[in-house]
Amino acid sequence: MSTGTALDPRTAPPFPIAAARSLEDSQLRKNVRHATDVIQGKRARVVSEMPDWEALRISGEAIRRHTMKHLDEYLRQFEENCARAGGVVHWARDGAEARALVIRLVEEAVENEGPHNSLREVLKIKSMTTEEIQLNQALESAGIRPYETDLAELIIQLGHDQPSHIVVPALHKNRQQIRELFRKEMDLPELGESPEELAEAARRFLRTRFLRVPIAISGANFLIAETGGVCIVESEGNGRMCLTLPRTLITLAGIDKVLPRFRDLEVLLQTLPRSATGERMNPYNSMWTGVQRADGPKQFHVVLLDNGRTDVLADIEARQTLHCIRCGACQNVCPVYRETGGHAYGSVYAGPIGAILTPQLQRLQHARSLPYASSLCGACYEVCPVKINIPEVLIHLRNKVVRRDTAGLRVLGNPEALAMKAASTIFRSERRFRAAQRLGRLAQRPLERKDAKGEPWVSSLPGFFGGWTATRDLRAMPKQTFREWWENRSRNNRDAKYSAEAPR
Amino acid sequence: MRIALFITCYNDTLFPETGIAVVRVLERLGHEVEFPAGQTCCGQMHYNTGYQDEALPLLPRFVQQFRSAEAVVVPSSSCVAMMREHYPAMARRLEQAGGHDGLSGDVESLLGRIYEFSELLTRRLGLSDVGAYFPHRVAYHPSCHGLRSLGLGDGPLSLLRSVRGIELADLRDAEECCGFGGTFAIKNAAVSSAMLSEKSRAVLDTGAEICTATDNSCLMQINGALHRERTGVRTMHLAEILACTQAYKNAEGPGGGFP
Repeated sequence: MSTGTALDPRTAPPFPIAAARSLEDSQLRKNVRHATDVIQGKRARVVSEMPDWEALRISGEAIRRHTMKHLDEYLRQFEENCARAGGVVHWARDGAEARALVIRLVEEAVENEGPHNSLREVLKIKSMTTEEIQLNQALESAGIRPYETDLAELIIQLGHDQPSHIVVPALHKNRQQIRELFRKEMDLPELGESPEELAEAARRFLRTRFLRVPIAISGANFLIAETGGVCIVESEGNGRMCLTLPRTLITLAGIDKVLPRFRDLEVLLQTLPRSATGERMNPYNSMWTGVQRADGPKQFHVVLLDNGRTDVLADIEARQTLHCIRCGACQNVCPVYRETGGHAYGSVYAGPIGAILTPQLQRLQHARSLPYASSLCGACYEVCPVKINIPEVLIHLRNKVVRRDTAGLRVLGNPEALAMKAASTIFRSERRFRAAQRLGRLAQRPLERKDAKGEPWVSSLPGFFGGWTATRDLRAMPKQTFREWWENRSRNNRDAKYSAEAPR
Repeated sequence: MRIALFITCYNDTLFPETGIAVVRVLERLGHEVEFPAGQTCCGQMHYNTGYQDEALPLLPRFVQQFRSAEAVVVPSSSCVAMMREHYPAMARRLEQAGGHDGLSGDVESLLGRIYEFSELLTRRLGLSDVGAYFPHRVAYHPSCHGLRSLGLGDGPLSLLRSVRGIELADLRDAEECCGFGGTFAIKNAAVSSAMLSEKSRAVLDTGAEICTATDNSCLMQINGALHRERTGVRTMHLAEILACTQAYKNAEGPGGGFP
């Protein structure tokens, strides 16, 4: 599915509706299944060769937990150390502030370039945080042209598409689809479909831009509080070009990206690449601190973005959401994501991490169907390199959704909540439970149909439960519950014992 | 040993044959089974759907029913996972609200005596061979909660491997969820069905006659598709397979006979 407009949780349809649409797209499903199979396989191989993988996960979790507990302190440290090294740190409360800041910084940079270069263009490194605040649309509205330089993001941009995965944004596209796009957009009618040919086409297309555009916008994988440095890992080297060639570099990072010490990278630079792309190490690991007179950008800005993150931080039970290092392993392993792909989540953050992060960034005003977009199978928790207990957070968020949707008189218009309350009342009494079981047997009678073996089955249920019988049969309730069988047996045993003991 | 059976609400109502099988296996092994009559539901459906306030009152009731048991057996891995993962926090909440002094201690002591059915056999009783006979080709689906929350590991398979006459089939992508997920199966019926179709295809590809698991909720989902498509393949809870012997092949209770 390719959506022309940005993924926006405020306007996206509820997950079940969007997902049902994605399920109809057989090409999409084949692409997603193939890509996630390949990445999962690679990950499994390089994780299994690590004797200390569990210890690394535990360390990673400890580092992130500690960071979040002292986030205010480490952010101030980062600001101070970054400024000392020649960077300028800005703070943005939300997306609107961040967009305005970045646009102002780009315009200042264009002005600084002087009259010989007045083109309003910027290079971009793949950054989900810029996608979160829909920066590209804002830049375009301000008359600034952003050029995505990450191969996958380039594919997304050229196709007026949206990212469907946090590490592999064009995961939903296959090689043939990419070739078609490049043929059209790069005017290369003879282009072949081998990875080499496609990469070469992208390389030539991007090279002219790398050489021309003096301003770049990046995200960040990590901010190091102790040094004021920034770290970006990537596979292509296009990020490295953006970090070294331009004269002005603007980095947008969520406040959750900070790490206390340089040595914390020792843990996370082992777990991140293995979890994300199944590589032992990323081909390009870029780290820089402020500006250097001899080399690299001369102007360096960091925009620290909150956009709902302090609210997540304030919720003790959900805080672990911010531990995420954006490896995407939970997406690749999620049986829901593997069926639907990313667009169904209506947010740049798809899959299990998206199902907990997006609704929280929206303060549960939007995306309230996402905490339910999971069977709670726990596969995400099992692979998470920083041990985020995603099922636990999902359940916590479901509770928050229910509380909001059943507050006061609202419960009266909510059939699910009424049914749940009734069920709870039933389960609080053995007598009521038995009555409900008897009532259930009576109520199902008109729906029962005997199968060839003469067993009663239900193949069509009304209303809300119709979702079950759309694809599944349900065996009818047997004539006797277990407790009835148990009581009969106990009675018979007693009688047998009594008659055996009785004098003749 | 005296073992108290927590049948769970949905097994009681929909799958009594599983409870009957548990009783038969344990009695055959020389244990005494008791069934506290006041038991109802563990609260999983409410808790996992977000209705935690509605799940809370079910906890003191459960504790009261099973407090004095030597061991509790539960033929549902997801219900046991619910208890282990959430009962301690629920007990703390109830204590804070007042009127439930000592509940946390009771829950902690009780949790140590609660076993999922295969767990009771393999870990508490140290068995793998329970004397069963089942001459059929069987695929084992490791239910997510059994696999990841309880860490049942090889336990259920070791029980199955010791069954006489059985032919165990390898299930492809066995560790992938069947798509049930409680209310997920209805709230996200389309995605749940897509996940199920992968699972039922994998089951059919094994050539097995029976798909088994430690949780009837997964099996209700899988059987739903197998029956809808008239595949002739059906599901049975692990306990039902282990209940079968040379001498005993048919259930005496409701729910139909074993094959």
